[in-house]
Amino acid sequence: MKYDVIVIGGGPAGLAAAISAHDNGAKVLLIEREARLGGILKQCIHDGFGLVRFKEKLSGPEYAERFIDIFKEKNIDCLTLTFVTRIEKTENGFTVVCVNRDGVNAYETKSLVLATGCRERTAKQVFIHGTRPAGVFTAGTAQNFTNLMGVMPTKKCVILGSGDIGLIMARRLTLEGAQVLGVYEAKSTPSGLTRNIHQCLHDYNIPLYLSHTVTRVFGTDRLTAVEISEVDEKMNPISGTESIVECDALILSVGLIPENELAESLGVSLDGRSKGPVCDGQLMTDVPGVFSCGNALHVNDLVDYVSQSGEAAGKAAALYGGEKAELIDISASKDFLYLVPQRLNLNADNSNTEIYFRSREVLASCELKMKVDGQTVFTKKYPFMRPPEMELIKTDFSKYSLTDKSSVSFEIEVKSE
Amino acid sequence: MSDSRELVCIVCPRGCTMHISETDGEYTVSGNSCKRGKDFALSEMTEPKRTICSTVRTVFPDVPVLPVRVSAEIPKDRIFDVMKEINSFLLEKRVSRGETVIENVLGLGADIIATSDICS
Repeated sequence: MKYDVIVIGGGPAGLAAAISAHDNGAKVLLIEREARLGGILKQCIHDGFGLVRFKEKLSGPEYAERFIDIFKEKNIDCLTLTFVTRIEKTENGFTVVCVNRDGVNAYETKSLVLATGCRERTAKQVFIHGTRPAGVFTAGTAQNFTNLMGVMPTKKCVILGSGDIGLIMARRLTLEGAQVLGVYEAKSTPSGLTRNIHQCLHDYNIPLYLSHTVTRVFGTDRLTAVEISEVDEKMNPISGTESIVECDALILSVGLIPENELAESLGVSLDGRSKGPVCDGQLMTDVPGVFSCGNALHVNDLVDYVSQSGEAAGKAAALYGGEKAELIDISASKDFLYLVPQRLNLNADNSNTEIYFRSREVLASCELKMKVDGQTVFTKKYPFMRPPEMELIKTDFSKYSLTDKSSVSFEIEVKSE
Repeated sequence: MSDSRELVCIVCPRGCTMHISETDGEYTVSGNSCKRGKDFALSEMTEPKRTICSTVRTVFPDVPVLPVRVSAEIPKDRIFDVMKEINSFLLEKRVSRGETVIENVLGLGADIIATSDICS
């Protein structure tokens, strides 16, 4: 079977990409490894999704199913319970090899959209010492147990990390009768959205301990306790500050990393800052015909923007016809945690380019500056920039008559107090 | 009597920090970016309300639990009473997204509704 666009991943990014590619005239196949479409939204039963897009507070399943309904109405080809094992470059595109109950099959496509989402950092990645008992979960795993399987993973737990899923799970487990002893965050500022600190922790009197971390776990079969330590500015534990907290579970919400194993196997270059592919304004990676979107591109805090990037990537993938790109870099100063896209294709339409970024640190009263050839051409003031809160600006690059000699750069200037 | 308080708006992800001051029963709100923020601040001072989302158990082996939420905000101090109702309920018929699972829970004027089609 030959397709114009194959989308890998059936979460919010992949669904939006598939619908958008279809609407732009492409013959599309969506491949999803799970039994049901919707991605992680299936287990995000809390509300707050879709405020930007639908001006409504939807739960995760409600948001996902709105897209799934549209996807199904359009009769777009879809394979669930199907895992992509290999992608090969061909003369005119790619061969996607996948495995499912029917065995191993290969599908040809002109372009690819990688909507593979992100993965949670695990205990192995945050250097927690001690035994290896049951009861150490990522927040997403605890959420899957609670919200999809209907099984409570804990009666009394400690949460490490103040990422949004950890905060959401603190509230969820409390509602279901578990005792959440505290949320411990090694950084001196919370990682999650401010509103989640309030509606998930303060509302339920769950304490948040900043500059604290879990340094050791105890227990043979099941977790019995954790050791908590204070940390210094460099996040190193301070000896002598250890205390023991008895609990049956340690829930980790210590960050998300874009999933790009397939992208890397294709030779796509990754950006060390965003951890996702280096892309141009059409979300095409440096492998022609391969597009990236959603949390695989960079970790978003709002699903509305995940869908938006999916739509952009899906459209660009549908319209891609092998045209040669003429690229210039967009540079971002060290004040940015990251900025996407990292490049512009001068042969493409850049009149409405979406630029996503986060600051590296919490900055008060600052100004975003965009420079073309050293000249400031655009500024925007922000009362605050916080790393947990992604910022988005739209820029019309067509008015700057960019050439391959042009330089485009972004800086953040902090106004003195 | 006058009183002043700072609170963070939870209506949208913007999370505005708002100041509310009270003078003789009159509230003044500042720091909000929209009317919804002001409404939220006033409601926080008089009768704080929240929406809650949870799951109900079902008899269907393919869907052990179904995601639900309240159809309208409920008083914050009744959250755990409503959770008790949700957790003592067992879904025995298949329902689609948006359908009522528990009508007018505890007489609070809000229904418990299904938020997914996985059990339809």
